[in-house]
Formats: sequence, C-alpha cells, structure tokens
Amino acid sequence: MAETSFSIELRRFLHRTIYEPFRIVTRDRRAFAGLIILLIFLLMATIGPEVVPLDMRSNFVERFKPPSWEHPLGTDYGGRDVLAMIIHGSRDVLSVAFLAALFTSIIAVAFGMIAGLKGGLVDVILSLAINAVLSIPSFPVMLILGSVFKITNALTFGLVLSIWSWGTLARAVRSQVLSLKEREFIEAARTLGLGTFHIVFRELLPNVMPYMAINFVDTMRGAIGASVGLMFLGLVPFSATNWGMMLNFAVRQAGAIYLPQATFYVLSPMVAIMLLELGGVFFAHGLDELLNPRLRS
Amino acid sequence: MLVILRRIGIALFTIFVIVSLTFFLVRKTPGDVLQTWAMDLVTAYGMTYEDALAMVKSWYGYEADQPLFQQYISYISGLLKGDLGQSFIYKVSVNEVLIKALPWTVFVISISLLLSFGIGVLLGMAMAWKRKSVLNPLVTAYASFTGATPDYITALILLIIFAVNLRLFPLKGAYDATITPGFTWPFIKSVLMHAALPISAYTFEHAAGWALAMKGSAVGVLGEDYIMAARARGLKERRIMISYMGRNAILPLVTSLAISVGGMVGGSTLIETIFSYPGIGWFFGEALVKRDFGLMQGLFLFLAASIIFANLAADILYSVLDPRIKLEG
Repeated sequence: MAETSFSIELRRFLHRTIYEPFRIVTRDRRAFAGLIILLIFLLMATIGPEVVPLDMRSNFVERFKPPSWEHPLGTDYGGRDVLAMIIHGSRDVLSVAFLAALFTSIIAVAFGMIAGLKGGLVDVILSLAINAVLSIPSFPVMLILGSVFKITNALTFGLVLSIWSWGTLARAVRSQVLSLKEREFIEAARTLGLGTFHIVFRELLPNVMPYMAINFVDTMRGAIGASVGLMFLGLVPFSATNWGMMLNFAVRQAGAIYLPQATFYVLSPMVAIMLLELGGVFFAHGLDELLNPRLRS
Repeated sequence: MLVILRRIGIALFTIFVIVSLTFFLVRKTPGDVLQTWAMDLVTAYGMTYEDALAMVKSWYGYEADQPLFQQYISYISGLLKGDLGQSFIYKVSVNEVLIKALPWTVFVISISLLLSFGIGVLLGMAMAWKRKSVLNPLVTAYASFTGATPDYITALILLIIFAVNLRLFPLKGAYDATITPGFTWPFIKSVLMHAALPISAYTFEHAAGWALAMKGSAVGVLGEDYIMAARARGLKERRIMISYMGRNAILPLVTSLAISVGGMVGGSTLIETIFSYPGIGWFFGEALVKRDFGLMQGLFLFLAASIIFANLAADILYSVLDPRIKLEG
C-alpha cells in the first residue's frame, strides 16, 4: 500500500518535473532548437576537452591552414587546431558565464529581498543603489573592473561580470516581494509564527523562481557577450583558448582577417558565440512559456 | 516640480557616488596593476624593476606621500572646476582628449540612433497594422539574430565583408588623412564613408529592438476606443495608422531612447576599436588596455554623467509629452 502510493507520488513527481516541461519545450519548435543547441554546447564543454586533445605548441609550418580532414576548421596563426581550441574554449566561456549568472542572482535576490521585506530607510538606500546600477550601462563598468583587477581565473572573472549586472533582477524581486508580502499566505505564515527564514526561502523564493530562471539564462547570455568582449579587447588574458582570446589573436594581432585562407579561423569563434547565444535566446523564450502558465494558449 | 527637483538630486547624488567609487577603486587597487605594468616594461625594454616601477608611478600620478583623503579632495575640487584629470600616456588633459574625440562619437551615435529608431518604428507600425503579413516572422527572426549577436560581432562581420573583402569602405580612421578638414565635398564624403560602417553596425543591431517595442506598443493602442471612433468616422486607413496609432504608440518609446543611447555608448568601446574610429570609445579602450587610469577614470565619469542626464531628460520629456504620466520619486 505504502509502496503504491510512493510509486504514484514518484510518477507524479517525474511527470511534473521531467515529462511536462519536456513536452512544453518540445512543442515549441524554437524552444526545442534552443534546448538542443545548449545541450550540444554543454556536452562540448563537459566531455569535449577530455576527448579532443589540445596541443598548444606552435608549429609555424602548419599556420593558417584551410579546413582539412586533419583540422576540420583549419589552423590558427601558430598552426594549432582551431576546432580543438573552440572545444576547449567552450568550457571556459560556459563556466565563466555560469558563475557570473550565479553571483548575479545571489546579489540580486539578496538586495531585492532585503529591500522589499525591510522597507523604510533600508529600502530607500537599496533602491538608490539599484537605480544607480541600472542607470549606468554595465559593459563600461566591467571594462574598468577588468583593467583594475587582475583576473586570473573563472571565479574572479565571474565576480567582475556580476558586480554591475544585478539591477534588473533586484528591482523585479523587490517589486515581487512588495506585492507578495501583503498576500494571505504570507500573512498566514506570519500568524503561524514561522520565522523570516521560512518566509524568505519557503514562501517568497519559490514565487520569484520562474522569473529568476529566465533571468539566469539571459544573464548567462549577457556574460558570454561581455566576457568575450573583454577578452577581445585584450584586458583579461587568462586563457588562450577562450573564444574572445582567439578573436583577439586572430583579428588584432595576427591580422588573420586579411588572409583568405584563414577565413574559418576567424569565423569559428564568432559563429560559436552566435550559436550559443541563439540557443540561449530560443531556450529562454521556451522557458518563459513553461514557467508563465498565463502565456500558454 | 518638486518631483523633478528630487530626480535631479538623485542624479547628482548617483554621479557623486560613481565619482567616489571610481576614485577609490582606481587608487586603492593599483598596487598589483602597477607591478604587472612595471614587469611588462622590464620584459619589453629590459630596464631594472625599480626604474620601471618608479616610471610607472610617475606616469600614473601616484603621489604616495599625500594622504588619500587629500588626493580625493583635490580631485573633487578639480572636477567641480570641470577638470576631468590627466592622461598619463598622451600627456594631455582628459578634457583635450574629449574635445578631440567627442564630436566623432556624438556624430556616429546620433545618426545611428535616428536611423535605428526611424526604421524600427516604421517596421513596428507595419507589423502591428498587418499582423498576418510575412513581415512579422521576418522581423522576429531578425530580432532573434541581433539579440543573439553581440554588437561587436556584427561590427566585425561588417568590417570583414565590406572593408576587407569588398573594399567598399575604408578600414580605419574618421577621415582620409590626405584630405585637409573643411567644408569641402571630398572631406565630407570621406567622413561619411568612414562613418558608414560604424553607423550600420549600431543601426543593424538596434533597429530590431525598436521594431518589436513599437509593435507591442502599437498593438496595445489599436484596442483603444479612439481608434474605433476614428474608424467609425470613416477616416482614411493611412491617417489612422500614422496619426492615431503611430503617434500614440511612439510615446512610451521615448523613455527607452536614453537606455538605447546608454547601450550604444556602452558598446562604443568595442565598435570604435574594431573600426579604429577615433571617438571616446576608442580612447577609452586604449586607456584600458594601456592602464592609463587617469584617462580611463575621466572618460568613464564623462560617459556615466552623460547617460545619467540623458535618462533624466528622457523621464522629464516623457512626462511633458504625456500628461497622464506622473513622475514618481
């Protein structure tokens, strides 16, 4: 008896967490395409570097080779395989973007929750901070931080990318909390004597989760664009296989845009960024539909 | 009125906070940056580490003997007099760099803003008016593409296709160095040719966003009673579309203008670097890469202040244009 009810529960759980989202995402062709693209990049970043060897030694005889069986995307200015660099770079790009989105969400939720719950002077000060962050475009700030701080790993890079990116989410969380905290279920939780911890993590957070999930994908996309841009300028030279670094070498140092045989070398990192971002755009669109039942027709 | 004053107060306060943050950020952390910079010099020119460090410190204007607070006060009083500081690599004041660079950036960005706004609004209107037309999926696909392509990638693609391969446009600069500046046709033509690709990059990147925003706004307006009334009065379709739907739908977009300027200015560092266009963004990029903190700080403050005031102006303008909107503190 217990087991059957358990298996029913399990089936319901699986249905709700796997089957239903999958059905909604696959029904929308764009969202499904986005999911596939993101999964391919995820595979590329996780197992790619383990399977594909990367030899960063320069071999100038092999430089700027057009695509061949040996080098499917050709070689770079140092005769290194471009495909292998793209694959190894995807791990960098994705981990930096993931960390940036994670830090951004944490900062934003902390600020938005505190401002919305505390109210009063705290809210005024935090709202001023949120407005300041929103009114200055984040990219120049990231540029300054990138040149002032010495960025040597994905963790610090993610932090630098998130310092000025949390404004939109914080404002959304704050206004959500402001409207939610007047609702009956919060009132009920308060009357039951449940602490702030319970109200924040069990009542409020699940309600802002959908927005956070979509924002997470968008923040990751922004972080991909920004991190590659910073590297393209040559500000954060910590990994030679990062797509931004590849672009920097190809365009600004090796002058590969003037060499017809190096077309694939120049295009590869650009196409990789565009595909990954497109996957994010499509997937976020599907996620919006998934988490916003009102949008479903 | 009081609300507007309060807004101005908040804007000034934000600028003050930004000034202080950048000052302390740039002053407090340069230790390791100065050291890396000195190490670069050691490897590049083979000088001793002590010499290199002393040289870097003098470039940086690093006055270790003065207390930090005093440096801060003199910096702020300089700012109040309109002195944005000194560039260490160009050995001139930031103001001089600004005077040289600002016209180019303003020129390119204002034209791009007008073009992208105009194209976007027209597309959006057409999309809202005929929702079954092929235009809708086309523009949506275009918007997905620009949404997925960072502006510098668009710029690079334009550069590679039109400047490197087709040789239709020049590769770098703001005008041909062999032509003397002046109100002559060859000079104006050269300026336009050099600005064409940066303007196209911004316009291509931003027009789709305007189209979608305009469509959303126009579709909302179409449901209003006054559109129905205009139809009932038998007004011409064209008139309803432009004067009734278009004019009302455009209003909410005004506040986004400032945000768009902010986005363009933010992206200008990479775009101007790619086209080697000597505007503020290019100098900012140079300052960043060469660790010219004086120039970097000055240009950044100027950018931040302009964007904050642009936002403020857009808010006030919007409340004037649409009396139904009240500014909120």
